Amino acid sequence: MNRRKLLQLLSKGAAAGAFVKLSGGLAQSKIPQGATESMKVLGATLREYGERSEFEKDVIRYISPNLRSRHTGADFAPLEKLEGVITPSSLHFERHHGGVPNVNPADYRLVIHGMVERPLMFTLQDLKRFPSVTRTYFIECAGNGQNGYRNPPDMTLTATRSRGLVSNSSWTGVPLSILLKEAGLKEGARWLIPEGQDAAAYTRSLPLEKALDDVLVAYAQNGEAIRPEQGYPVRLVVPGWEGSIQVKWLRRIQVTDTPVMSKDETSEYTDVMADGKIYAFTWVMDPESIITYPSGLQQIQRGFHEIRGLAWSGHGRIRRVEISLDGGKSWKQASLEPAPDALSVVRFKYNWVWDGKETVIMSRAWDEKGNTQPTQEEFFAKWARNNRYHYNAIQAWRIGADGKVVNGDKTLAGAPAQLGAVGRGGCGGES
Amino acid sequence: MRRKWFYLALSALALSALVLAQGRYQIGTPLNEQEVQEWNIRPSILANGIGLPPGQGTVDEGAKVYATHCAGCHGSSGEGGAFTRLVSEPFPITKETDSVDFAIGNYWQYATTLFDYTRRAMPFATPGILSNDEVYAVVAYILYQNGVIDESEPMNAQTLPRVQMPARALLELDPGTQKRFPWLKLP
Ligand code: HEC
Repeated sequence: MNRRKLLQLLSKGAAAGAFVKLSGGLAQSKIPQGATESMKVLGATLREYGERSEFEKDVIRYISPNLRSRHTGADFAPLEKLEGVITPSSLHFERHHGGVPNVNPADYRLVIHGMVERPLMFTLQDLKRFPSVTRTYFIECAGNGQNGYRNPPDMTLTATRSRGLVSNSSWTGVPLSILLKEAGLKEGARWLIPEGQDAAAYTRSLPLEKALDDVLVAYAQNGEAIRPEQGYPVRLVVPGWEGSIQVKWLRRIQVTDTPVMSKDETSEYTDVMADGKIYAFTWVMDPESIITYPSGLQQIQRGFHEIRGLAWSGHGRIRRVEISLDGGKSWKQASLEPAPDALSVVRFKYNWVWDGKETVIMSRAWDEKGNTQPTQEEFFAKWARNNRYHYNAIQAWRIGADGKVVNGDKTLAGAPAQLGAVGRGGCGGES
Repeated sequence: MRRKWFYLALSALALSALVLAQGRYQIGTPLNEQEVQEWNIRPSILANGIGLPPGQGTVDEGAKVYATHCAGCHGSSGEGGAFTRLVSEPFPITKETDSVDFAIGNYWQYATTLFDYTRRAMPFATPGILSNDEVYAVVAYILYQNGVIDESEPMNAQTLPRVQMPARALLELDPGTQKRFPWLKLP
């Protein structure tokens, strides 16, 4: 679009009262009757713990009605209803394998043992006494995206259901390297086996090198104690790696020279590749982005829109995010906010004036290592059709002439109907 | 007053030099081996069998354990029910196998995982109720149902780590992971 046309459209849009998000137009409506009522009476009193406005009660996690159990499975952060980059703790996506344990911090202990000089037990207070680190990191389920894929595409898809198994928080804790030093590593130590205090006594294998690099034993999320669903009182934060290795309700870390090959690193969270091999330890989350506005099941009107979305990569910083307004034929660079931090979510924005013509919009993230998102075809050239994890293909949204936004993915000949299987449960969230 | 602060600061310095002498903060309570074991109520079973407890179980005994504790959720003989299918043919999956049919015989790569997971997390709503013998038995039964072992083979700390899982042949290390951790080998 040239500048002249843009200005024309802008002025036309302004005349039609366009600078309004979604449907309904403030410009047309009179001054609402209730608008001044609160100025005539006293408001609510001070209260000890804040609640969001009663009018925001529909901003909730999405829980699929198809789940067979709410003790295992996942729910989604409502991406298109959130702004900025921090996911409110109450809306952080969930994934558990045996429900959320209720851990009393007075009874909480963390034990480090195995190939160490001194097996040690820490109370919560002990952990808080160590030097602390606060960093913003995303956590993403390896199954994120699984649910965004259907062939033919699901016309009821929202940004939440497509990519809501990611959340971004400020985490505070003690670097695991400090605790390991405290216990003293024995020669030959290579692996850690962290264990959760949930009914699944969830375990994984974590290479020592990563632990010594940037892993946190976290006790706070966004400034307050970690939420029970996120691992209260203590969890691992393993920056950039799949969520399932970031063991919650952490009670024990065994230091070993071999990995455990637990159920959740063999039967689940392994990738089937296009050549039929099964890949183990696919830990790093590849780059990903999603347009949250305008996105599935929203309706927009002609005129100005700030296209908004989220991008992140487990390989490092997001370097740039591109937007296509013509179904992937051409790409333009979006602006990023805040200045991208390694391994955390960044918001991208692009100023756009919609002329009312049907179009398909997309976003594509690039990280500092030069990785980007594949098209669906490229994804299936590398991963098998029955693979369940790490689907990060570009999500398209189609904007109809009526302003209604729906899934813009194409129907793919020869591609699977869906990733993951109905009735198997698991981390895709919905099947 | 000044002087007092000076000495306080000095002793704090000396203290932190002492505390951090070995690069440690001297926080945390040392445990002896027995205390570690008391805390370690569901020990991990490594792929080489380390961690497997004494005891044993047969396929026949396992059939009973399975019927009592597992069939309600996984189907009368492991075919799947309210929850996951546990039984398949003993041939590795192909890239065409529907993932709903992924199960122990065609997808699991280590027999030790089955003991570790069953003792750790099953039965789903009442984990920890099975004895070690019962876990060995139900593991034997499930492996037998998958065509991986003979009916006459009891499972114990010696036999279980030797069981070869068909899908192990398909398992490889992620190439990106291999590049970053060149020393890393799958058991
Ligand atoms: C109350 C229902 C229930 C009962 C009873 C139950 N399970 Fe499970 N089982 C589940 C659920 C749910 C899962 C999935 C857990 C998850 O999300 O990680 C599961 C998963 C499993 C798996 C992993 C399957 C795979 O391929 O990933 C195995 C093996 C298993 N169960 C064995 C058993 C055994 C053996 C018993 C009996 C001792 C048993 N289960 C009893 C509900 C049950």
